[in-house]
Amino acid sequence: MSTVVDTHHEHDDHHDHKPTGIKRWLFTTNHKDIGSLYLLFSFLMFFAGGTMALVIRAELFQPGMQIVDPHFFNQMTTMHGLIMVFGAVMPAFTGLANWMIPMMIGAPDMALPRMNNWSFWILPFAFIIMLSSMLMPGGGPAFGWTFYAPLSTTYSTDSTALFVFAIHIMGISSIMGAINVIVTIMNMRAPGMTYMRMPLFVWTWFITAFLLIAVMPVLAGVVTMVLTDKYFATSFFDAAGGGDPVLFQHLFWFFGHPEVYIMILPSFGIVSAIIPAFARKPLFGYASMVYATAAIAGLSFLVWAHHMFTTGMPVFASLFFMYMTMLIAVPTGVKIFNWVSTMWRGSMTFEPPMLFALAFVILFTIGGFSGIMLAITPVDFQYHDTYFVVAHFHYVLVSGAVFSIMAAAYYWLPKWSGFMPDEGLAKLHFWCSVISVNILFFPMHFVGLAGMPRRIPDYALQFADINAIVSVGAFLFGFSQLIFLAVVVKCMAKKGQAAVAKPWEGAEGLEWDVPSPAPYHTFDTPPKIEAPIR
Amino acid sequence: MSEQHSKPDNSKMITRLLASVVLMFAFGFALVPLYEKFCEVTGFNGRTNNSAAAGSDGNLVDTTRLVTIEFHTRVNRGLPWEFSSEVRRLQVHPGETTTVNFTASNHTNRDMTGQALPSVAPGEAAPYLLKTECFCFQNQPLAAGDTAVMPMQFYVDPDIPNHIRTFTLSYMMYDMTEAAAQGRVVVDTSE
Repeated sequence: MSTVVDTHHEHDDHHDHKPTGIKRWLFTTNHKDIGSLYLLFSFLMFFAGGTMALVIRAELFQPGMQIVDPHFFNQMTTMHGLIMVFGAVMPAFTGLANWMIPMMIGAPDMALPRMNNWSFWILPFAFIIMLSSMLMPGGGPAFGWTFYAPLSTTYSTDSTALFVFAIHIMGISSIMGAINVIVTIMNMRAPGMTYMRMPLFVWTWFITAFLLIAVMPVLAGVVTMVLTDKYFATSFFDAAGGGDPVLFQHLFWFFGHPEVYIMILPSFGIVSAIIPAFARKPLFGYASMVYATAAIAGLSFLVWAHHMFTTGMPVFASLFFMYMTMLIAVPTGVKIFNWVSTMWRGSMTFEPPMLFALAFVILFTIGGFSGIMLAITPVDFQYHDTYFVVAHFHYVLVSGAVFSIMAAAYYWLPKWSGFMPDEGLAKLHFWCSVISVNILFFPMHFVGLAGMPRRIPDYALQFADINAIVSVGAFLFGFSQLIFLAVVVKCMAKKGQAAVAKPWEGAEGLEWDVPSPAPYHTFDTPPKIEAPIR
Repeated sequence: MSEQHSKPDNSKMITRLLASVVLMFAFGFALVPLYEKFCEVTGFNGRTNNSAAAGSDGNLVDTTRLVTIEFHTRVNRGLPWEFSSEVRRLQVHPGETTTVNFTASNHTNRDMTGQALPSVAPGEAAPYLLKTECFCFQNQPLAAGDTAVMPMQFYVDPDIPNHIRTFTLSYMMYDMTEAAAQGRVVVDTSE
């Protein structure tokens, strides 16, 4: 493997040498190229999953069946979830990791560039397999992204096999990406870049990578059991054969809960980079941020059954998972407190990255509060599988994870493209998004509390008005993202104001020491780090 | 140029990380028997011990209290059988051996095989329901149009905690015709 790492040093005399055309992208081992591929792929998937969300919202605009049949509706909810989780949010974070981690720790590239190329290029195949399964007789996966047995075993169509293989490929991709991140961070830090001097984005990704290695193999195991239950007459989840369908939920959520932190910890890192930059103050409580992230990651393994309160658990187990879940609010509260304290008496300005980071702090906190409500076992019996749950996880994933990815894009686009994102368009994008995302998800709390179940194509008449409002919000939010597309395309087309090496006055970190756009190879000679970089 | 990084050994670390991946994959599968064992010990999923228990020691009958048992029977979706218990509710002293008869009728015109699987709610009571003889220990072949009366003999363990006054024993009858034909006869093998 070390010979692979060596190849880059030979390029030193002709710095920007690279193959051209399609070969550059197919065979690239450059962390910046692979980062861009990941980000563009996730952007494409974001629009694909978003389109499916709009199909869902169009159907739910009015009660009754209007546009799609219920089975297709179920395929939409399933594919929307799978694509957004595995196709949009996770690859976006991996793309950011590829671009930023080597530059942030003063490394010339990722530790395992050849594997890096593989981990990206198997992803499009996974999604082609999964999306094309919708063309099979009987349609694609329609059992929800959580693929509970027996929906995914006894009652599923034959496209389940394709679903299982697609998940396997995505899992392998994520695991390879995680191994790469860990080896890079442990072995390739520049001299003087001690662990407690690493930027928080690096720290949060470091911890996320360990979560990925711990739980993605469990997901691979669960989908394998689904496959053998369906096709090879095993009975892991089939009560008739001595199995237990509830076991599926235990195994799935043992993966699933750490998974939701995989989708939010890197966000914490991004926000911890942006808020100090635009408050012009160092991050408050750096060490406590690191420990809080590690605490959240550790606790994530002890809370899985809070997704299963209604399966009939003994009271003791319910209480254990309830208290453990509530305990997570403590390290999360530490983080929110630190961000607010960083802003306290800072010289704040409100450029687009900061706007998204601020919206993240506020809206993610709302999602956190509804999470605490859901953690209360007795009331969860009412909230379970209602739109209240949908509202909760969209607040933490859309106005949380997705907003942080947008903040990251606006923050680092000057470094990636060499051009400043169009500030007018970016602010328009922000205001359209932040208003519409609340029109979209806030009213869902109310229909949820009133008892509207999730994953249904039709609903009782009393929910009609709120659903109409939600659907309007959905279309506004969806089309607002075209503004984001315009900003990104403008930067990629090298239009607009050219960026200087450090376009944000208060920004800290090694990535701002290299010119904008970042040269193809950076830090071939490692920088010497004297003082902490936050 | 290559001396700039004091090359720590990547391959060693990759080996370790890959080993953790394999380990976690195996752990996922190891959770299956672990879960079964855990449920057996705690009654977590309401599954009762589906093998014959030793008979009750008649001297240990606890006549000071009564436990109410409710019986519930269901046939799985798509199985055109009728399946019922002769009593819906029964009060027994812990330690007292009782027999309850269940009736199953095959209303189809073909020979079929069923398998009844028990579940106890609350699960906490499951380890205290001890069956000395039960139709559910084997599968139940029923010829076309036949009706069978199937006994279950049981007693409640006198160690049952005082706060459990009532519990429900539910049987779900599954269609095992195909599995029996293929020789995949499934009887709960948990000891």
